[in-house]
Amino acid sequence: MTQTQTTRKHGDLLLKMSGVSKQFGAVTALGDIELEVHAGEVVALVGDNGAGKTTLVKVLAGVHQPTSGTIEYLGEEVTFDNPRKALEMGIATVFQDLALCENLDVVANLFLGQEISPWRLNEVEMEVRAWKLLQELAARIPSVREPIASLSGGQRQTVAIARSLVMEPEIIMLDEPTAALGVAQTAEVLNLIERVSGRGHGVILISHNMEDVRAVADRIVVLRLGRNNGVFTTENSHEELVSAITGASDNSVSRREARKLETTTD
Amino acid sequence: MTDGNNSQQLDRADTRVRHDEGISGAIREFIDRTRSGDLGMLPVLAGLVLISVVFTSLNPVFLAPNNLANLLFDASAVGFIALGIIFVLLLGEIDLSVGSMSGLASAMIGVLWVKTGLPLPLAILGAMAAGAFVGLLFGLLRNRFEMPSFVATLAGLLTLLGLQLYILGPTGSINLPFTSPLVRFGQLMILPAWLSYTLAILPGLLLIYGGIVAAKRRNEANLSSANLSVTVIKALIITAVLVFAVYYLEQGRGVPWMFAIFTLVVVCAEYALTRTKWGRSMFAIGGNAEAARRSGINVDSIRMSAFVLCSTFAALGGVFSSARLASASIQAGTGDVNLNAIAAAVIGGTSLFGGRGSAWSALLGVLVIMAISNGLTLLNLSSSLRFMITGGVLAFAVIVDSIARRSRASHGRA
Repeated sequence: MTQTQTTRKHGDLLLKMSGVSKQFGAVTALGDIELEVHAGEVVALVGDNGAGKTTLVKVLAGVHQPTSGTIEYLGEEVTFDNPRKALEMGIATVFQDLALCENLDVVANLFLGQEISPWRLNEVEMEVRAWKLLQELAARIPSVREPIASLSGGQRQTVAIARSLVMEPEIIMLDEPTAALGVAQTAEVLNLIERVSGRGHGVILISHNMEDVRAVADRIVVLRLGRNNGVFTTENSHEELVSAITGASDNSVSRREARKLETTTD
Repeated sequence: MTDGNNSQQLDRADTRVRHDEGISGAIREFIDRTRSGDLGMLPVLAGLVLISVVFTSLNPVFLAPNNLANLLFDASAVGFIALGIIFVLLLGEIDLSVGSMSGLASAMIGVLWVKTGLPLPLAILGAMAAGAFVGLLFGLLRNRFEMPSFVATLAGLLTLLGLQLYILGPTGSINLPFTSPLVRFGQLMILPAWLSYTLAILPGLLLIYGGIVAAKRRNEANLSSANLSVTVIKALIITAVLVFAVYYLEQGRGVPWMFAIFTLVVVCAEYALTRTKWGRSMFAIGGNAEAARRSGINVDSIRMSAFVLCSTFAALGGVFSSARLASASIQAGTGDVNLNAIAAAVIGGTSLFGGRGSAWSALLGVLVIMAISNGLTLLNLSSSLRFMITGGVLAFAVIVDSIARRSRASHGRA
């Protein structure tokens, strides 16, 4: 890792997408997307099904390459050719299906593929780092030597998020992290997201649940039919958000745009 | 470090978890684990006791030291095959061709060494290289063409058997010279008594030494460490059992070299599986291949390595069994060899469903399987009955594996 976490201040610009488009044949999945992510900030990405949230995440994760547009990362223009490169540059993704190995314990899962000393696994060092990371996140994992199979859904989500932090990424993307969780576990994961952003990572959160989004997000970016449909904060009302997502013609965004248009043309 | 510090140990901070300390804690943990379906070595121990009691009551020769030494000779050859099988079982794959591979390897020894006159080491290397090549093919079929390993190796079973018949030619059997080092190794060579006893004491000492070193490192890292008295008791039990076993065998011929070498290879395999990144990747792929892939593990190459190891060990097992029988024949590797090897691995505690198991299961399982086979031979039963009984034992072992797996799932264990 060339960048260290300590040199970055909260609020520094980490990522800037401008005019990013992605076409699958005749279908424009993403068109002219603008997105900024700052250090220590939670950006929620909301939108209806088919709005392009997942495509956007996959572009940033290096799964898809954009058709046009530029991505600036840490002040430099970059391309993410493949998932490995995105990960190495410091963009980690926690997918909806957590992809944990249930037969392995928490430590083994956290360090899977990045074990310390491959020919003589340093279990002590890995266990210490696992505990420190989990403590930093104030995560409630009873024992790191229990197999994942014995953990609850929320604890598994915690392990999955903690695993993405082992590589000390700049940005972590969470795809529907609370979709399958109960009330208490959802609250636990939301707390976790706040602590992750508190560590100075930029967080991109995809969610269908407006409650969750309003609870942790600093900015809410709405996508609709593959295009930006406004940026909101938690001060905006629920109705404004919903109408931006559903594209109801008479919504605050369109009204504001209309007013802007009137003032400029006047 | 004082006791007061213990409460701040990194892994002792969560008060919801019961931490079993000391000897009573170790016993309680063991009972908990067993009840939840994590049977470990229990089925093997129970099986060995049951088999010994039944066969000894039917024919007292069964427990005679010399018969047990014979059993160990027999067990080493099949043991190598079972050890190879474990690597593919851990990935949730299977190799049904190991019997034929071992037969082909023993035929190659006969042809290359006895008929063609190649030096013995070269012939052995050739047989093992053939094994590695066959494993490579299976890996390729699995990775490139996504052919289920069940089908690929079933095709391999027939192909390799055909190849074995082909290279042996119409005579069908080649005798290996009785005075050769290979046959002496397979039938006569015994560890000197002092070495046997030393090797019997070594594991206990290593266990205590390892326990002390691990405890020291964990204490320095501010982690809780296992109670040393538990380690010492374990070491004492293991040492007592091993020393008694060696003492008993020394009443007859002693411990075969073949078995010592097999045990050494098992220890190396266990290290590779538990203490290296490669081993960790094996378990990860067996548990969740997609998760392993996303963690950056090269699933294809790990899978390839498992198939190569499996077939190579099967070839080595074939070499050992040709040494044991002093012949390379069309019978080698046919019949129940396949099933014995797979049954040994499963009985020893390696799951057919992937992601669970250890190299020890080859050693323990093969002792059970060969004890049954040996006992039935002593009773002069025809092979028809032997096949049926071995088949029943395999089915029973898989049922135990399945039930234990379901129980583990409902108890939240992997």
